[in-house]
Amino acid sequence: MDSAMDSLRSKFLPVTSILAGIVVIWYVGVFFMNAPFQRDLDRRAGVTSSFSELVAKTMSQPKPTLPAPHQVAQNFFENTFLRKITSNRSLVYHAWVTLSSTLLGFAMGTVLGIVIAVGIVHVTTLDRSLMPWIIASQTIPILAVAPMIIVVLAAVGITGLIPKALISTYLSFFPVAVGMVKGLRSPELMNLDLMHTYNASRAQTFWKLRVPASVPYLFASMKVAVAASLVGAIVGELPTGAVAGIGAKLLAGAYYSQTIDIWSALVAGSVVAALLVVVVGLAGRIVDRAMGGRPV
Amino acid sequence: MNWLKPSWQTGLAILLVVAAVALGAMTTAETDALANPTTTIAYPYPGTKSLMFGLVALAAIISTLRLPALIEALVLFVGAHLAAWLLIHGIGGFEGTAKAPYFIILAAAWLLAWRCVAVLSSMRPASLWAARALRVLVPTIFGAWILILWEAITRGAGIPFILLPPPSAIGARLVNSLPVLAADVNQTIFKAVIVGYVLGCAAGFIVAVLADRFLFLRRGLMPIGNMVSALPIIGVAPIMVMWFGFDWQSKAAVVIIMTFFPMLVNTVAGLAASGHMERDLMRTYASNYWQTLWKLRLPAAAPFIFNALKINSTLALIGAIVAEFFGTPVVGMGFRISTEVGRMNIDMVWAEIAVAAFAGSVFYGVIALCERAATFWHPSVRGG
Repeated sequence: MDSAMDSLRSKFLPVTSILAGIVVIWYVGVFFMNAPFQRDLDRRAGVTSSFSELVAKTMSQPKPTLPAPHQVAQNFFENTFLRKITSNRSLVYHAWVTLSSTLLGFAMGTVLGIVIAVGIVHVTTLDRSLMPWIIASQTIPILAVAPMIIVVLAAVGITGLIPKALISTYLSFFPVAVGMVKGLRSPELMNLDLMHTYNASRAQTFWKLRVPASVPYLFASMKVAVAASLVGAIVGELPTGAVAGIGAKLLAGAYYSQTIDIWSALVAGSVVAALLVVVVGLAGRIVDRAMGGRPV
Repeated sequence: MNWLKPSWQTGLAILLVVAAVALGAMTTAETDALANPTTTIAYPYPGTKSLMFGLVALAAIISTLRLPALIEALVLFVGAHLAAWLLIHGIGGFEGTAKAPYFIILAAAWLLAWRCVAVLSSMRPASLWAARALRVLVPTIFGAWILILWEAITRGAGIPFILLPPPSAIGARLVNSLPVLAADVNQTIFKAVIVGYVLGCAAGFIVAVLADRFLFLRRGLMPIGNMVSALPIIGVAPIMVMWFGFDWQSKAAVVIIMTFFPMLVNTVAGLAASGHMERDLMRTYASNYWQTLWKLRLPAAAPFIFNALKINSTLALIGAIVAEFFGTPVVGMGFRISTEVGRMNIDMVWAEIAVAAFAGSVFYGVIALCERAATFWHPSVRGG
């Protein structure tokens, strides 16, 4: 009970008050950013509105410069819960399109990253020749390649899920490879020597020492990778001409100045990202516990 | 057998050379020429074919002998790269006509290069300079071979230009369109990225110092900051384009938002990095908050701050380029990439990507150099 009160005071209260502060600032911002356009509208219509009327109007424009939080919440709610999931206007549908390519790309990226890491740890040549390139590639704005991959693959007849998933793969394998190399190398010399005294083969050392030691590193880098692959999937949806997915929703909103749609697509993307990170974190905890890790 | 030292790479390379000889003609042009001996049909590798085969086989055989590692690596290096150069040089004018032996000999040369890299990476030179040179040389050979394979395969197999242009064409395009690329770099990097990066990092730093001063702010901001770092912030790009217009200001705004949170989170973590002992020492000196901050805690936080600066250097470039996909004036790296993709000028896209990669590496390198200069005392820099 005491600890619950403690965590309430040390976490819940500060976070909620900061969030409340953000919402207040947001509402103030809504007024100041939408007011000029609203005054303009009023002048053209020949209406003079009092201050309170003006405030109310800035909060309910159909295409505001900055939509009010309740407008975004309403739009998000309508498009998430009140529409058929198969409908083109349903955010669940668009989120699912993005999520499916994210997951496919994330799975491929994780497998690829692990394979590369195992190769780097076991083959000196790869360690010396490939590792510097992997690190250097982190400094390169990889997302710039995304439109080209989509268009070029479309030219050879590959469209839909695969090209987007490839971009996600590309973005997510780096963190996994780097984290996994660190993890597979994390056993100390003492532990490796112990395996040596047991006359363990290379494969046994790998499966019984290196792999278990690398699991925490793997999940930590998978959290980064899953967020990166969502970004990859969203950006991958931009050049396809706004067909489906959260990225397409963003682009369509930008074309038609549907600001409320953009914001609720952003909220949907954030919800998906949060869910993915939480799921990976939970999976990491479950695996850790199943392997006998002590709770920290 | 003490003077032999076989390896699977060279053994396989010799087998591949034998297979290539057995399969005969390197290209369809050569097949035609052999079929009609009376007419004179031009075909590639009239004189150099046996030279290439001999080079690969000879280098493979010599390296099987027990030689000093340096000589073995040198022989392999010369054999592999000379053969690859002859192969790529010779296919000029006959793109897309290559048959199996072409790729087999390419694979054999690649195996020699692999063996060369393996020999080089197993060397343990005594002098520091040699070790440093090796650390550069090994990845360089690896990278060069990616380009060699790319060039040889795209040209040999005649892969359509719009799918994957060979590196030589990309290089030519890059050299020919330097003014355009320079204008794009100026627009995207020197306006959007630099402004956004400086403002975003500065804002993140200032808020981090404030958050460190006020516990309530820290407890409220840190969970939010950690959460936001997982979100697809890039999605604010269309909103920023709407607010700040098509020019670089909107891109700088995206960069500010993207760089703010990594800086905040890392700086707060860094400010907590100084130990209790040191802080107690500062207390015994009767130093006030600002003195402790300036003389102890900020230097202790420097590795964390530089880490954020490095992460942000990549994020800033990505943010600016992707934001340009949502609308720009007719200049900028993201604009160029998206329009040239639409016009199927894939070589120009690759040239732009090469420039972006170069700019990203330089950006990162400059920050890494600053880090070495600023945190010279840190174990990771001292090498202690």
